[in-house]
Amino acid sequence: MAGERTITLEVQRFHPEADEAPYLQPYTIPFSEGTSVLEGLQHIKDRLDGSLTFRWSCRMAVCGSCGCMIDGEPALACRAFLRDYAPGPVRVAPLDHLPIRRDLVVDQSDFLAKLERARTYLIPADERTPADGAYRQTPEEMADYYDYAQCINCLLCYAACPQYGWDQAFTGPAVLALVQRYDLDSRDAGKDARRAVVNADTGVWGCTLVGYCSEVCPKGVDPARAINQRKPASVADYLLGWLRPSGGEGTP
Amino acid sequence: MTERSVDSDLVIVGGGGAGLRAAIAAAEADPGLRIALLSKVVPMRSHTVAAEGGAAGVARADDSLAGHFTDTVAGGDWLCDQDVVERFVAACPEEMVRLEQWGCPWSRQADGRPQVRFFGGMTTQRSWYAADKTGFHLLHTLFQTTLRYPGIERYDEYYCADLLVDDGEACGVLALEIASGEPVRFSAPAVILATGGAGRAYGQNTNAGIVTGEGMAMAYAHGVPLRDMEFVQWHPTTLPGSGILITEGCRGEGGVLTNREGRRYLQDYGLGPPEPWPRPKAMELGPRDWLSQAFWREDQAGRTVPTAQGAAVQLDLRQLGEARILERLPLITDVARRFAGVDPLHAPIPVRPAVHYTMGGIPTDAEGAAPLAGLFAAGECASTGIHGANRLGSNSLAELLVFGRAAGEAAARRAREAGRRRHARAAAQLAEAAARPALAMLRNERGERVAALRDALHATMERHVGIFRNQAGLEQACADLAELRERYRRGVRLDDRSRIYNTEWLSALELGHTLQVAEAMACSARARLESRGAHRRDDAYSERDDERFLVHTLAHARGEAAPALEHAPVTITRAAPQRRAYGAAAEAAGGEGA
Ligand SMILES: Cc1cc2nc3c(=O)[nH]c(=O)nc-3n(C[C@H](O)[C@H](O)[C@H](O)COP(=O)(O)OP(=O)(O)OC[C@H]3O[C@@H](n4cnc5c(N)ncnc54)[C@H](O)[C@@H]3O)c2cc1C
Ligand code: SF4
Ligand code: FES
Repeated sequence: MAGERTITLEVQRFHPEADEAPYLQPYTIPFSEGTSVLEGLQHIKDRLDGSLTFRWSCRMAVCGSCGCMIDGEPALACRAFLRDYAPGPVRVAPLDHLPIRRDLVVDQSDFLAKLERARTYLIPADERTPADGAYRQTPEEMADYYDYAQCINCLLCYAACPQYGWDQAFTGPAVLALVQRYDLDSRDAGKDARRAVVNADTGVWGCTLVGYCSEVCPKGVDPARAINQRKPASVADYLLGWLRPSGGEGTP
Repeated sequence: MTERSVDSDLVIVGGGGAGLRAAIAAAEADPGLRIALLSKVVPMRSHTVAAEGGAAGVARADDSLAGHFTDTVAGGDWLCDQDVVERFVAACPEEMVRLEQWGCPWSRQADGRPQVRFFGGMTTQRSWYAADKTGFHLLHTLFQTTLRYPGIERYDEYYCADLLVDDGEACGVLALEIASGEPVRFSAPAVILATGGAGRAYGQNTNAGIVTGEGMAMAYAHGVPLRDMEFVQWHPTTLPGSGILITEGCRGEGGVLTNREGRRYLQDYGLGPPEPWPRPKAMELGPRDWLSQAFWREDQAGRTVPTAQGAAVQLDLRQLGEARILERLPLITDVARRFAGVDPLHAPIPVRPAVHYTMGGIPTDAEGAAPLAGLFAAGECASTGIHGANRLGSNSLAELLVFGRAAGEAAARRAREAGRRRHARAAAQLAEAAARPALAMLRNERGERVAALRDALHATMERHVGIFRNQAGLEQACADLAELRERYRRGVRLDDRSRIYNTEWLSALELGHTLQVAEAMACSARARLESRGAHRRDDAYSERDDERFLVHTLAHARGEAAPALEHAPVTITRAAPQRRAYGAAAEAAGGEGA
């Protein structure tokens, strides 16, 4: 491989049965203009060390599997290119704030549980059937929520969120953006059902407006904006809750 | 040995579009059912997420079910089972609307009705789309919808290693919990395989890393024949090297393909005449098999453009203008900029064909039932008979919905009728036997690296079972694959011997399945002495031969030996085989001809 450029990846390793604490392991690999960090990791796994463990699938920035910290920033390994870190070394570690299962693999179950609790699915006003035909929704109405529907659940925003770092009970950026995605959908009537999650101390009020989540999002979702949009609505709900006998789940 | 077990009414393997649609259908049909949904990745990571272009379903007043039927059958080079195609096209529109009512953000017209677009091989606009992220929105909508049903119990990151079959009936699966590496037995009277295709049998492909064909291989090993495996679709426009897809939607919007001389070369392959904007079933909107074959010929003639990752032609979007490119093709714009270093607003994207779709698979009836009691299949791993020798773009996402649902409902009925626990004792023994070889692999002291065997597989498939095939090459491929399977049996050596998240181990297990599926592909191709759809030969069999080969291929596994092959009739209801023609030639042949 004469003339090929090389770079060193310092990859954070951790095996729960063998290691007391995570440590860095350097690997030097060849790369070219188009080599992604993910391809670098694959090269290591295939040729140098089969025990290096990470998730990946689509390798085109849409499945959300390969998030990790690259030189300290949350990023998708398949969408980050080694050329941008040359001459290196470049450090690859698991996403911040999430429990490490092994090497670069983190535990995503907290996020999945929150998604379920938040009822991030369409809750229609009426029992419409296909015989009734599709809803009408103009491009303008779609624009209200469309950006929030682009979330690939990659969890980079959770790694970026200092609030989540302090308190894992915080619902967090992506789930709140998805709640907003449905609340703003003209076809949806489920706001009341989702209100409890959003208004709790661990909902929008947990956010301290750092905005780093939106910066790292690879899909332009802008969760910080979603959370901000919620706050006035949340205040109103809060006050109404005082006036009404039951402030919890409404009857749609 | 396999202490852990889960008893349920229905096991679904696969959390892609087909598996999720099946789960919802079963839960709706019978809310009391306990449904175990297993997937080796969290469902929204499934490969369906990467689909870009669209999902077919008649929507416009000027379209008809007969039109969708004819395009599908002609596109499939008459190897489709027409009774199933009739049911399929009739069910598509309802499924698209249902998905809309679950929240899918289909792209809209100004008045708020869903919009449809052109797709290759379709006579009119009939592909529903969500920008160029159709699969992403479809999958997330389905995933989020499953959260409504308490009967659906997810087992995320469980690797299904084998099917359990007792006394001629499927009765569950053996899985490994990836987090712990522990074997877990799942028992149920009905099993749906929704494990996707097998594109990773090839090196250059558009598929996610997980598309390794286990579902097909597991059914096959248990006596279910694999059907029409020689038909592998190349997508004509992917990035050289990585194989990342550049959707057909680009051409539907008006992107054009040019060769090294700047010529729209498709006019030289019976697809002309070239017109400035897309015309259905002509030029850039011709069918995938023809376009991929045209690339190959251009390359042979030295008219492709060299790039660092190999030969390419140019996909030029510039005539669409910035606003349209950014609105309709946002994903492609990002992919081209990041992954190819090309800004499609200002320069053409280099593209070439790569393996994209497995037309063949586990044979099923229109209800998704496979020829093994209790076993169902849906999605890309199934062969329902709708794709024939060449799938039309956007028929696959539609298939996931239509047949995912059908399989879910049929399996729910079976689950109720058959009842739980019938095979309980046998299942426990079967599971233990099934876990043994997987666990033994962790102790191998000698053998080859996974990557070495995988590279050899890819080289053989690319070289001999490619866009064009011939008898000598296919003989070679069958011999190579027999040898590779033997090398695999002799041993794979893992660096990683631990159980927790051992992804090297999983990829070794996957490879064993992929090798078996690849062998079925090569041997099926060898037995088809004609050219049809995606199976194209450049030897003495370069023409279609309806007399002998208007038949399905069935490959039966024979353990370590090469498969036994037989051919079975195709169901033809109303469209007698004709010559496929596109572009002006199709019109000359009388309107609907193609
Ligand atoms: C890049 C790309 C673009 C495409 N665009 C379009 C398009 O525009 N229109 C169209 O109609 N079609 C398109 N297709 C084809 C279509 O996307 C696929 O055919 C379809 O998504 C397959 O869906 P599926 O549900 O069958 O399988 P998949 O989505 O592949 O899901 C398979 C599931 O099975 C699970 N699984 C597999 N093996 C195991 C195992 N051993 N144990 C446990 N779980 C397992 C996986 O985890 C996954 O959840 C495209 C394909 C590609 C590659
Ligand atoms: S909001 Fe953005 S960063 Fe957060 S999970 Fe979704 S796509 Fe990833
Ligand atoms: S591998 Fe799918 S997002 Fe990176």
